[in-house]
Amino acid sequence: MYDIKALYEADSVQDAVRLRLEHPEAQIIAGGSDVLVQMREGKRAGKELISIYMIDALRGVTIDGEENIRIGSLTSFSHITKDPIIRKYINVLGEAVDMVGGPQIRNIGTIGGNTCNGVTSADSASTLHAWEAIVELTGQSGTRRVPIKDFYLSAGKVDIRPDEIQTAILIPKESYENTYGYYFKYAMRNAMDIATTGCSVNCRLSPDKGTFERVRIAYGVAGPVPMRAPRAETAATGQPVSRATVERFALTVLEDIHPRDSWRASKALRQHIAVELADRCLTEAVKRCGGEIDG
Amino acid sequence: MSRNIGKSVARVDAFDKVTGRAKYTDDRCDRGALVARVVRSTIAHGYVKSVDVSQAEKIPGVVKIVTCFDVPDIKFPTAGHPWSVEEAHQDVADRRLLNRHVRYWGDDVAAVVAEDEVAAAQAARAIKVEYETLPFVLDPIEAMQPGAPVLHKEYPDNVLKHTSSRSGDYAAAIQEPGLICVDKWYEVPTVQHCHIENHICFAYGENGRIVVVTSTQIPHIVRRTVGQALGIPWGNVQIIKPYIGGGFGNKQDTLYEPLCAWLSLQVGGRTVKLDIPREDTFVSNRVRHAQKIHIISWVRPDGTYAARKLELYSNQGAYASHGHSIAAKGMGAFPQMYPCPNVECDSYTVYTNRSTAGAMRGYGIPQVMFAFESHTEDVCRRLGMDSLAFRRKNLMPVGYVDSFSKNENYFDTFNQCFDKAIAYMDYERKHREYENQTGPVRKGIGIAPFWYNTAVWPISLEHSSCRMVLNQDGSIQLQVGETEIGQGADTAYAQMAADVIGLKDYTDVHVQSCQDTDVTPFGLGAYASRQTYTAGFSIRQTGLILKDKILEYANEMTRVAKYDLDIVDSQIVRVTDGRVLMPLSQLATEAFYSLTHSVHITAESTYQIKNNAYSFGCCCAEVEVDIPLCKVKVTKIINVHDCGRLINPALAAAQVHGGMSMGIGYALSEQLLFDPKTGRPLNNNLLDYKLSTVMDHPHLEAQFVENYEPTSAFGTKALGEPPACPVAPAIRNAILNATGVEVDQAPMTPHVLYRRFCEEGLIHDSWREEEQ
Amino acid sequence: MAKQFKEVHFNLNGRDVTTVVDVRASLTDMLRGDFRMTSVKKGCEVGECGACTVLIDGEAFNSCIYLAVWAEGKQILTLEGLMGPNGELSDIQKAFIDETAVQCGFCTPGFILTATEILNAGVEYTDDELRKLLSGHLCRCTGYENIFRAVKKTMYQRLGKPWPEG
Repeated sequence: MYDIKALYEADSVQDAVRLRLEHPEAQIIAGGSDVLVQMREGKRAGKELISIYMIDALRGVTIDGEENIRIGSLTSFSHITKDPIIRKYINVLGEAVDMVGGPQIRNIGTIGGNTCNGVTSADSASTLHAWEAIVELTGQSGTRRVPIKDFYLSAGKVDIRPDEIQTAILIPKESYENTYGYYFKYAMRNAMDIATTGCSVNCRLSPDKGTFERVRIAYGVAGPVPMRAPRAETAATGQPVSRATVERFALTVLEDIHPRDSWRASKALRQHIAVELADRCLTEAVKRCGGEIDG
Repeated sequence: MSRNIGKSVARVDAFDKVTGRAKYTDDRCDRGALVARVVRSTIAHGYVKSVDVSQAEKIPGVVKIVTCFDVPDIKFPTAGHPWSVEEAHQDVADRRLLNRHVRYWGDDVAAVVAEDEVAAAQAARAIKVEYETLPFVLDPIEAMQPGAPVLHKEYPDNVLKHTSSRSGDYAAAIQEPGLICVDKWYEVPTVQHCHIENHICFAYGENGRIVVVTSTQIPHIVRRTVGQALGIPWGNVQIIKPYIGGGFGNKQDTLYEPLCAWLSLQVGGRTVKLDIPREDTFVSNRVRHAQKIHIISWVRPDGTYAARKLELYSNQGAYASHGHSIAAKGMGAFPQMYPCPNVECDSYTVYTNRSTAGAMRGYGIPQVMFAFESHTEDVCRRLGMDSLAFRRKNLMPVGYVDSFSKNENYFDTFNQCFDKAIAYMDYERKHREYENQTGPVRKGIGIAPFWYNTAVWPISLEHSSCRMVLNQDGSIQLQVGETEIGQGADTAYAQMAADVIGLKDYTDVHVQSCQDTDVTPFGLGAYASRQTYTAGFSIRQTGLILKDKILEYANEMTRVAKYDLDIVDSQIVRVTDGRVLMPLSQLATEAFYSLTHSVHITAESTYQIKNNAYSFGCCCAEVEVDIPLCKVKVTKIINVHDCGRLINPALAAAQVHGGMSMGIGYALSEQLLFDPKTGRPLNNNLLDYKLSTVMDHPHLEAQFVENYEPTSAFGTKALGEPPACPVAPAIRNAILNATGVEVDQAPMTPHVLYRRFCEEGLIHDSWREEEQ
Repeated sequence: MAKQFKEVHFNLNGRDVTTVVDVRASLTDMLRGDFRMTSVKKGCEVGECGACTVLIDGEAFNSCIYLAVWAEGKQILTLEGLMGPNGELSDIQKAFIDETAVQCGFCTPGFILTATEILNAGVEYTDDELRKLLSGHLCRCTGYENIFRAVKKTMYQRLGKPWPEG
């Protein structure tokens, strides 16, 4: 039994927007795998909840009129992983969310919830950052779109206005076309864990596979929110596909990231792992692009 | 006669468990029960100055709030040990139901009884406790220093107990010229049992007595401790133990039964349920003792020990629980495992402001095996000697007799177990091949034996009582005080009883699994891997008494002399010619309903055991170490055990799997952490505390050497705990084989490996030096 | 504030049911309390142990972190619903007995339900895939060894293929 002050159930997006305005103090609950846990801990105990879980319109993956991949915010991780569009165009996202917790958590956890809780360790977040996803929010005056890096304001805080709910995550065509990536979740056990560090890298190679046309990398748990490593990306973009480029790229991430010491891991270990993962992820991404790294 | 023993028959409780109808404590609780919640201290050490319950009392649904100022001034012991009638040997009584002097983060300060769990949780949060904060100490060696915070005034140096043993003359022996000295420290962490059913109990008044239904391993001991804690006659307490969702030693302790019973009495005997949340199970039940272990070995170049020294510091946490017994058992293994003429041992059990340590699978042996068998490997490296050859040469020889326990090593078990493990793993070839590897990912293989002894004689009382009742159909009811806690004891008992009496099938024995201290014969419960060994004596003795009574009745019915009668396959047989005289069921029905001589055939007896048996074996593990990732993957692993004759080979293997899994966690990932600044537990939940998932294991191979234990009623001896004992050192030695790095602390997490690999030059992070 | 209740309609183990539930209840609370489905076990109440697993529309969920009101319109299967109409065990229940996959039994109901979802897929999984599919359950007794065997054996049986270890 949860210490819920009142539960308001939305059956449509419009309904949810109305409830948001009527109950400004209420917390949105999607799948509940974070909100209910926090409530039990006492952090959100006694709060009102607006449940959007039953809004089936927010489930599913499609390609929209602008050729964006559109993922409804309530799509569960397991459904993302199994989705044919995801498998075809951005398989790494399906792989990343397939590392969240265990199967039951992947059946209840939603991509919307995973991003709206603003947590740096979320397994979807680094990949969404690395693929420059766009967050769609719907409020009383319609929808607005926010680049994912702007959506995260600070640890645990995201850009959702008092009348809004998140309705979709979009991946633009320019982002996914001819692009392949790799996600490495570094955790202390192989299931039922949160990332000590998560690293997602993707790249696009020149037609001859000799040059990095574009390299993008993002981390979870390298700072208070998921983050890109722009200096590292610059260090690799336009460079030859080679071991030397990969190594330079990997070392350069240290100029971008700010991991900290905690009981979960020391800053030194996190830095060490960040470099190692950047190397391994880019190497794998190149392979997936059909390229080869010497040595 | 063994129609049933030695067969891998299905568990007697398997059907109920795979259909979900097996009833555990919560499944038996009335839905209208009141719900209790404990308010816990948010400091590691101090005094409660005041408790303000005014806000909490206003919360709708709150029935009763009690605080540490309300409880009886009675201190009670909690250890799941047999009581001692000699005061000097009684367990330390250092707890009250709720505590004014709080000694760890999470100590019991107050309790709420409410109509539902939400009201209870709200009230618990609304209670304001004011503390006088005292300095705290988390480390046992620091706690022993002058000026350290004192937890219990009766123990001003915080040392709950110090024991030592001496043989020969250590000081003189180390003067021998040419000796090599290996002097090292090893450290093992605080871990928790993590049975999937948390500790839970509910209590209610009935007929002027108090009944507690509880998830415990030790119902009869809990009856005594509830009586002691509440200051009421022990006979006024009835304990009922349904199926339990695992125990592993945590529930070999009195946990919250006394508080729950007392809370029920505070609300007029209404049913009160106390369901301990997982987070509190980690912190406020029991944990495995963390230990720091110092070993000095003086060894000759030929690979023989001249002198050895052990210093063991065991972190007791805030309350005595099982006290020094665990450190003492670990220390006791030291001179026995590798006998040496000159040995000095000291062990200290020390109070600190951490969660209370108690019994956990292995009872001190997994801790010391990590140290002892890591040390054996380290000694061999200094000597340049093959560690397997060293072990074969120096381990306890056949014929060794321990002077205290009188345990004898009857068989060449260590070598037999090694041989099986080596054959399965191809150990010797791989061990050579894996030395001096280069590259980022390296393989390694390691081996470790273990020492264990069954049951607790002669340190404590050992006995078992059994009751058998013949039913009309020739089946029997069986009751013993040794409890089923998931290990499969009930099935083994049924197999034993069927063979002793001569029943056709173990399913003709109905074991009463749910124990009730009003009904079940007195017994001490599940611990010390003693179930089959100990209960075996009383089952055999009682079975023979029952059989004798049956045959006496058969004599009345058939006029055949009793000595010419036997029971075979549930039939009364004339042994002189093998003729079947009648089915046992016919005799049983006659005995119940005879108009000439009606008798209810039952038997009950107690057997006091004054023996004990060694139970040895080994683990061999192969690993792959990804050095840059600081990660270890166990790729192949085997445990080999000699637990005597196997009663049920499939169940025995299953016990081994579970212990191996626990051992893998102990080696690589499990550790309950406490914030050094506040003493607060940091990872007391199943997400942050890393017990192994199915993805963290390879196939777990369990093999056996079956040497019939001569002291045992059925040739069997300890198996429940031993599987957890040798795994961590085997993995540690495999990492050493792979990398050449001695890692002297468990768990060997990436955090530890990163530091060690940097120290040993396997990882070279150039930017770190620039920073420094 | 007055307690808030809601009428919920769903299918439980093949039977359409209706109940009025406190909106604060988890699905675990409702199944254990209102329907006495005591095979649904509580081990952590935060979705970390898997003991409370039930199938909702064929997929495994931790019922402890699923609001009872979300059951509306769903098909829910607990272990009580797995037995056949004449008391016959399902193949996976039988395999748990035969492979000694049961010890204390507390994780067993959840494991069997997840296994049911896995087996209903009709796919031949590799060992690694099977381990991953079972990884949402913690067990402290078995080291998962015999549970894994029971599921794998049943998978081969259903596929009509010989069990490599059999």
